[in-house]
Amino acid sequence: MSHKKLWSLLALLTLVVTLLAACGGSKATPAPEQTQAPASGDKNEVEVFSWWTGGGEAAGLQAMIKVFNQKYPDIKFINAAVAGGAGTNARAVLAARLQAGDPPDSWQGHAGQELIGTYVAAGQIEPLNFLYEKNGWLKVMPEKLIPLISKDGKIYSVPVNIHRANVLWYNPKILKDNNVEVPTTIDEWFAAMDKLKAAGVETPLAMGEQWTAMHLFETVLLGTLGPDAYNGLWDGTTAWDGPEVHQALVNYDKLLTYTNSDATSLTWQDASQLVVEGKAAFNVMGDWAEGYFQELGKTPKVDYGWAPVPGTGGTFQFLSDSFVLAKGAPHRDAAIAWLTVAGSKEGQDAFNPVKGSIPARSDGDRSLYDEYLKSAMDDWASNTLVGSLTHGVVANDSWKSEIDTAIGLYLSSHDIDQFQSALATACKDSGPCQ
Amino acid sequence: MRTTKDKILSIALVSPSILAVLIFVYGFIAWSIRVSLSRWKGLLPNYAWAGLKNYIELFHDPRFQVDVRNTAIFTVLFVGISLILGLFLAIMLDQGLKGEAFFRTVYLFPMAISYIVTGVVWRWLMNPAQGSRLSGFNLLFDKVGLDFLINKWHTTPQWGIAFIAIPAIWQMSGYVMALYLGGLRAIPESLREAARVDGATEVDIYRHVVLPLMRPITLSAMIILGHISLKVFDLIIAVAGKQVALDVPAVYMWQTTFDGYFFNRGAAIGILLLLSVAVLVIPYLWYSLRGEAEL
Repeated sequence: MSHKKLWSLLALLTLVVTLLAACGGSKATPAPEQTQAPASGDKNEVEVFSWWTGGGEAAGLQAMIKVFNQKYPDIKFINAAVAGGAGTNARAVLAARLQAGDPPDSWQGHAGQELIGTYVAAGQIEPLNFLYEKNGWLKVMPEKLIPLISKDGKIYSVPVNIHRANVLWYNPKILKDNNVEVPTTIDEWFAAMDKLKAAGVETPLAMGEQWTAMHLFETVLLGTLGPDAYNGLWDGTTAWDGPEVHQALVNYDKLLTYTNSDATSLTWQDASQLVVEGKAAFNVMGDWAEGYFQELGKTPKVDYGWAPVPGTGGTFQFLSDSFVLAKGAPHRDAAIAWLTVAGSKEGQDAFNPVKGSIPARSDGDRSLYDEYLKSAMDDWASNTLVGSLTHGVVANDSWKSEIDTAIGLYLSSHDIDQFQSALATACKDSGPCQ
Repeated sequence: MRTTKDKILSIALVSPSILAVLIFVYGFIAWSIRVSLSRWKGLLPNYAWAGLKNYIELFHDPRFQVDVRNTAIFTVLFVGISLILGLFLAIMLDQGLKGEAFFRTVYLFPMAISYIVTGVVWRWLMNPAQGSRLSGFNLLFDKVGLDFLINKWHTTPQWGIAFIAIPAIWQMSGYVMALYLGGLRAIPESLREAARVDGATEVDIYRHVVLPLMRPITLSAMIILGHISLKVFDLIIAVAGKQVALDVPAVYMWQTTFDGYFFNRGAAIGILLLLSVAVLVIPYLWYSLRGEAEL
């Protein structure tokens, strides 16, 4: 009998615990205002969310945290980094936290539409114009960068670094052995690869998994249309179903005939590596590839050379990691302190040489950067700026994912007309086209 | 008195799990159905009524058509070959050969590995690189002079998904073998003896006695493999990554929801997946429940 009672008690207890757990969910979503109230010790910390967990990225973040700790010794820095390439996992975690009303104080995102189309549209981040004015950042950040990271005149993030997307990496030895000059137009590029192919080079152009195909696609769009028409694609003034885009697709289709047949099974590292190992002549990849080449112990201008992707000379197709201020940030003042460091010369010069990127500010200390990065800094200061599609500057996430699907379908069907109409539909459904 | 107490106790004991299932399974299914009938796109929930729009769009979506085709090819190959291979292995082991326990363990081992691990290993083995960069099976074929076998594996245009079935078959056919072996061991020797007395050959015994008795096991195995196959996700991601040529509904659902914020479309794909699995599982449940009632 007592045994039975014990069992009933246990069962009841389990029931109560389950019920409590079920109700607990709704209790865990307090209004943001309430979280500001607790103990004052709580005030002296800042939680920063990113996907920088490995390699140069994590080391760069640590370097910037060091600067932060020196300037604000009484604020505790909480590094809430979530692992996963290009932030795909991190962004899912972040979306869940935002929906639960539990935002980190500041988080990393690709500057541009990836932030604006997602978090600004959902009212989850604050404009930062006051910070730009207070610190005089408008004078040191390139004038043409500002509109690309703002909406309706409001600037929503602090760019920490700049990467270049339209870089053609080549193997100088293969080119020299076959008497091929570095191409500057798309037609020269085709001629060069025909020559290499005839000379027995197995892979004239190395490519990897599907997102690297999108990366190649955006540089071909830019190379065929030129910067003005390319920018028009993203504000609805260039027609996706027009003859210019069609020409770009024809070029893209032809370019793919020079690529390795096992592209879909290679990561971007695998594909870029083919160039420095002398197994492929060209590769189009962002300039983070340079950091990877150095990790492999390769020498610039000997094992690898670089040029703008043919047809894109004089244009800098950029992407940028940036930090935002959460609306209802639990530690707003500390978050502003963090953003001040992230936008400062000191912070950016600590972060970028380690990460292998250039500072968004134009007054970085050149002596800290290597040969490639110095050339990128010159181009950043002098070139026309356009944003990258694959890396979140020009299109919101929904639009980008529809373009990604269109590219994926095209890669298996090679039907150009269908590809173009899918791109036009994507712009209508998720972009600015009517 | 005693029986009512027992009843209360038993209800109290099962209620937590009933409650949890109600909320976390049926509650969320209902919520997903609601989302799939809405216009929710982007981070902010939007429950504006859209009717069956998301479903209709899916059936016109070329990517979803690729998904359906890929799932069909994968399911037919994976379930069919696993069943045949599993039955063959079970009959072989049932012949009372020496070291049976050893072989049984070896064939069952792959099942202990997760699909992610299987996928990564087979990604290396099925390396599609050509020319001077041959690797994995292709390199082996090259070295032993079976050059005609060198192929593009999962990068084969249109039929790549068929090669993804290979690691799945490798992993699950041992499990099917175990199911069949259990069934074979349950057939009393007297039945076979009786058939022999009636003049049946060994082949006849298998055709007319053993295989008909294996039917319920075949059904169970088909259900188990079938629903794994419809829901396949991790294996595809591990072998092929995110690429439309080898897309399946589960991968599409994940990408469109979390990369593109099309929560409405993601929910619709999820519901269609649930329905396709239900078509497979519900008749089986009904069948086995009826069987239990008869006992």
